[in-house]
Formats: sequence, C-alpha cells, structure tokens
Amino acid sequence: MKNVLRNAAVAATALFAATAAHADRDRYITLASTTSTEASGLFEHLVPQFREATGIDVRVVAVGTGQAFEIGRRGDADIVLVHDTTGEEEFVANNYGRERRDIMYNDFILVGPSEDTAGLRDADSALDAFSRIAEAEHPFTSRGDDSGTNRAELRLWGEAGVDPGGQWYRELGSGMGETLNTAAGMDAYTYVDRATWTAFDNRQNLELVYEGDPVMFNQYGSLPLSQERHPDLKHDMAEEWHQWLLSDEGQAAIASYELRGEQLFFPNAE
Amino acid sequence: MDNAFQAAFQLIVAMDPVLIGIVTLSLQVSLTAVAIASVIALPLGAAIALWQFPGRGLVVVVLNALMGLPPVVAGLMVYLMLSRAGPLGQFGLLFTPTAMVIAQIVLILPIVAALSRQVIEELWGEYREQLQSLGVSRLRAIPTLLWDARFSLITVVLAGFGRASAEVGAVLIVGGNISGVTRVMTTAIALETSKGNLPLALGLGIILLLLVASVNAVAYIIGEAAKRRLG
Repeated sequence: MKNVLRNAAVAATALFAATAAHADRDRYITLASTTSTEASGLFEHLVPQFREATGIDVRVVAVGTGQAFEIGRRGDADIVLVHDTTGEEEFVANNYGRERRDIMYNDFILVGPSEDTAGLRDADSALDAFSRIAEAEHPFTSRGDDSGTNRAELRLWGEAGVDPGGQWYRELGSGMGETLNTAAGMDAYTYVDRATWTAFDNRQNLELVYEGDPVMFNQYGSLPLSQERHPDLKHDMAEEWHQWLLSDEGQAAIASYELRGEQLFFPNAE
Repeated sequence: MDNAFQAAFQLIVAMDPVLIGIVTLSLQVSLTAVAIASVIALPLGAAIALWQFPGRGLVVVVLNALMGLPPVVAGLMVYLMLSRAGPLGQFGLLFTPTAMVIAQIVLILPIVAALSRQVIEELWGEYREQLQSLGVSRLRAIPTLLWDARFSLITVVLAGFGRASAEVGAVLIVGGNISGVTRVMTTAIALETSKGNLPLALGLGIILLLLVASVNAVAYIIGEAAKRRLG
C-alpha cells in the first residue's frame, strides 16, 4: 500500500510540477488559522499586501482553533493565528510555539430570533444573557467543536453557573457558518464572533440581540512554531509574517479592512 | 433556487478567472486520481477474477466493503501518512493537490477494482473454455478480457470519477481548501455554505453537475462511436 502511494505521489508530483504556474514555488508559508478570519475575507485583504512587501505568499488553512493547534503540534503549518489566549499560552508553555503575541481583537455577540423569546435585549451583562437563555430553555446552538468560539462560550456558561445540557442545548460539532445556518433554521440563539456574523448572508429571522460586555472580548494571537521541535519548517519566512503583523504597516492593514462598511478587526499589538 | 440558477449562469457567462481556476483544479485532481487508480485497479480486479487463491473470498468482501469507505476516513488516513509527524512527512505533500490526488486514489481504487472484478469474472465464465483450448494462459488472457469488456469498464471508471469529483470530506482534510492552491468545486461549495451564501453555493453545485455530466457525455460519445466502428 505504501509503495503504491509513494509511486502515485511521485507520478502526481511530476504531473503537477509540469503544470505549476509559479516559477518560485517555495516562497510561501502555510498558516493555520480560524474559520472566522477566513470567512470574513481578512486574509484576502492582508496577504496581497504582505506579498507585495516581501514576495512571500501565505497559504491559509482555515479550521477551528482546536484543529489549528493540532496542525501546529504536528508541524503541518509554519505558523498559527488563532483566538484562544488560554490555549495559546499552554501551546507555548508546552514548547510547541516559540512565542505568543497579541495581534488584533474584535468581540463576540449573541444572535437569536428577532422576537427575542428569552429577553436578551434587556440583559444587563453577558452572564445575565446566558442565564436567561438557560431559564427560558430556548434552543441554543453550540459549535461543540473545540474551536476558540466554542471554548469562549463554554467558559461563559461556567461563569453563569449553568451546566448546559438538555433538549434546548444543541451541540452541533460544526464550523461557525454551519452553526449559524442551523440556528437560522431552528430560530435558536447562538454565540458568534462579529466578523463571521457580518459576513454571513443566510440570517433569515436571526438578529443581533446582545453585545458589548467586556467579557465577550475576542483576542487573536500569532504563534510562530518551535524551531527545536520542527527544524524543517520555514521559520524565517514565518518570522517575517509574524513581524509584519506586529509592524505599523501590518497593524494599519488590519485596521483598514472593512466589510459592509464595518471595521471587523482592531489591531492591538504592543 | 432561481437565485442559484442565476448565480450559476452569471458565473459561467462572466468566465470568472477564480472559478476557472477552481474548475481546472477539480478536473485535474479527479482525472489524475481516476487515471492512476484505473491503471492499478483494472488489472488488479481482473487478476482477482481469474485466479483462485486461499482467502480470495475475504479479499472480494474487503474490496466490496471498501467501496463504502467514508471520504473523511480516507482523508484522515492520508493526512496521518503525509503529515510531517507521519511516515511520508519528509515529502511535504500535505495541503497540496498531490495530497488530494492520493486521497481520491484511496477512495476510488476499491470501487474500480471491485466493479471490474465483477465484470471480468462474468466475461471469464463465457471465454474460459475457448481461451484455454487455445492454450492462452491466465496472464495472457487479462488484456483480451479487459479489451473485450471495455464498454462496461468505461462505466466502472466513470463511477470512480463520479465518486472522486463529488466527495468533499477527503480533499478538505488533506488539501486544506487553500484559496488558489487546493480549493476545488466541492470545498468551495462547503465554504460558501458556511458563509451563508446559499445561492452561490448551489450555483457552484449546478456547475459541478454540468461538469460531471460533460465528462460522462464525452465518454458516452466515444463509446458509441467505437461501438459503431468496430461493430
């Protein structure tokens, strides 16, 4: 089986090498990032500017934060950009990442049916809003996929003293967009990052019902991978991308990205 | 639905370069996978049909069962092999079209092998006495059988192509749906669905169906022409 695969790989590589469009095929890095940054169109805005400045292309693999960490741990990407500060610090502490730097932030919001059955519009805090959903036992769709958004949501349930479960709590195990599609279909509440919500078209009866509590802050961090664990990765080029994101130029590029007239990410590198 | 047809129509008329890139890559990946899988699986299926060996029944059952291999499992297997932490990690093939070709080969090789085994076994039943009376060995009989079964085998190969071009689970895992590098029709459809852009997603679906239909039509026309010419 392995031999078959190896031969097939060689044959296919030859085939694609012949048709490759780029002469300089190695001037790229692979970035493991989150679906929220990809779906919002941020990378289509940032990558061309970075390429212009450095000649390096960035190939983005957009997955949930949990999977992005796994890709990083296995050394299948050159650098990681995700949004789960606790997980990121652990990633660096376990020596998978070389360092962790704040890049930008936005916030999470709660969306739900326009009638707002559980009364989230009157909630005076995020914890109050989550408690109201649990009390009303109104359907709530959770990512349930160990993504950054899923982790943030579970933390808030915990702080609100709710053990989410039962018929109203629907754990989907899918990406943000699919979760929004499901929420729209069943008129459920859900927890979503503002960027994905802004870019999302299939809202049906869903509306933004709660926003603004500082605990719903959503921080993104950049994590170059450990050189000791993965000596073969493109560390130099990954470092250039990392530094560019932190530079005035990169930070300005992030701030200038707008979708539907709204700024979606706010740079906050130190 | 109207919006979907409109979206499909607009994309086709505009000859959107991004779309053309995605369509080209889809065809390139799936046709390469089908070609490589067929080169291996057709003789393999014929060999299993012709030779009696201990455990043959088991091989046939396993091959038939693998026709139902879930794409996401095939993708995961290939991912673990090609990952830098895996046995073939040093080639750096993960998140490349080559990885997608390999995953699709894993998916369709059992289909082509199992179905061609069935076809060749039936034909062997008819030809056996005649070929053996002429003193033709089993090995020498394989090309004859494959050639005489070619019209049925075209359908077998098309079944493999259909599976390859329709699946999303495997190519998403090993390709990563990277814009301009590994994004194919099915992963683009999944992405647009996740953005809630359902008309565009369905529009892309319509284009994919047209594409697969065109490939099938070409195969049909070639088959019919050959039948007429050769009687």
